[in-house]
Amino acid sequence: MKKVMTGHKAVAEAMRQIEPDVVAVYPITPQSEIAEYYAQYVADGLVRTELVPVESEHSAMSACIGAAAAGARVITATASQGLALMVEVLYIAAGLRLPIVMALANRSLSAPINIHCDHSDAYLARDSGAIQIFAESAQEAYDYMVIAQRLAEDEKVRLPVLVNLDGFTLTHSSQVVETLSDEAVKGFVGEYKAVYPLLDVDNPVTWGAFAMPDYYFELKRAQQAGMEAAPDVFLQVQEEYAKLCGRPYRGFFEAYKLDDAERAIVVMGSTAGTAKVVVDELREKGERVGLLKVWLWRPFPRKEITEALAGAKAVAIMDRAISFGNLGALYLDVVSGFAGREGPVFVNYIYGLGGRDIPVEHIAQVFEGLKRAETGELRYLGLRE
Amino acid sequence: MAVELKSWKELPIGGVIPGGATPELNKTGSWRSKRPIWDAEKCIHCLQCWLHCPDDSFFVKDQKITGIDYDHCKGCGVCAAICPVDAIEMVPERGGGK
Repeated sequence: MKKVMTGHKAVAEAMRQIEPDVVAVYPITPQSEIAEYYAQYVADGLVRTELVPVESEHSAMSACIGAAAAGARVITATASQGLALMVEVLYIAAGLRLPIVMALANRSLSAPINIHCDHSDAYLARDSGAIQIFAESAQEAYDYMVIAQRLAEDEKVRLPVLVNLDGFTLTHSSQVVETLSDEAVKGFVGEYKAVYPLLDVDNPVTWGAFAMPDYYFELKRAQQAGMEAAPDVFLQVQEEYAKLCGRPYRGFFEAYKLDDAERAIVVMGSTAGTAKVVVDELREKGERVGLLKVWLWRPFPRKEITEALAGAKAVAIMDRAISFGNLGALYLDVVSGFAGREGPVFVNYIYGLGGRDIPVEHIAQVFEGLKRAETGELRYLGLRE
Repeated sequence: MAVELKSWKELPIGGVIPGGATPELNKTGSWRSKRPIWDAEKCIHCLQCWLHCPDDSFFVKDQKITGIDYDHCKGCGVCAAICPVDAIEMVPERGGGK
């Protein structure tokens, strides 16, 4: 059914349809409405979820971990400083291989304090062991919340999944979203199968045990195996979901007019929508430009992205966060695939920090700038010099 | 007890340890810097030491203390502090003893 709704509502709708056993969540701008919608669903008796109104995001993730280890299907949501507070325990969720799904309403990190969008919160969790997916639209946020559930819970994966949606740009903007029926979503995600649930008192197990130097390394290597399994599972679940919803999801990224592109942009999140407009305009003028919009950021689909960009002459990789003291994290991810082989010129653009607007003119500047570029250049888009 | 170390491929997911009471397999008493010495003559078998011990390191039979499990005792001294008749004395592990 097609409805007009905000990104918040789209995420909350997916959550209502999935109907997890436990939601532990703490409000923070620009995520709060997800928590508010869900609390309303619980109050109205639409879901049987145990809503845990915790006292902080650290407690939210801790409650999620406890519930997931007990054997529950768990969802949470946060943003910015809330994620920063969660990160200490997010690493534990990943290390314990707990399939906690989280909507991350992307917002800048302090200081200075700012409530608007950038990806510095997602970048903070880059090495946490959580899978990360980026949505371009409210529709994608809805769809990937459902996909994330299956991906997280797959027996080979069993990892937390963060579904990133740009704060305000997506969370607070009303868009047309086509939702599935409740039955379709429930059928798609299926019954949750807990692994070593603590509440199975007939089969006691120990969770969160200490590991000395003789086992810590092996356990972290085993955790990496979950990430290694994730791409194939992502594609399988995505394909199954695409058939169900009728939308053309295919692959780790969307390649928009990229096949014969000489100049290309790599970007994550809602800015891809703006970039598509510019790609269309330049294509009408006969310019061979294209776009690669990353859906799956962690694990990073290096091989596929390398192949997709190999034919371009110049590529702008756009990071919506600074990795202080280095080029952007997405830039380094993409460029690493070309180590030891010929490839395009790669320029790094830092853009949109703290909610700085990204009009079509700025994206046009990026494509223009790619005509004269050297690999390793770090440029700031929309910054007053 | 010699333990064969497993490869990363053989480990249960998430470092879960299946089965209960696994600490019994792991001798952790070597951390101890002070050793509790139990005096059977003074002991009145009130079991306060057994009750307070955080490592379950007092052997009890027929509701009477019979000794101390030095394979798991960390030497925290709670037993000596709680004992109402001073039947437990903490002595340094190295160069100590009576």
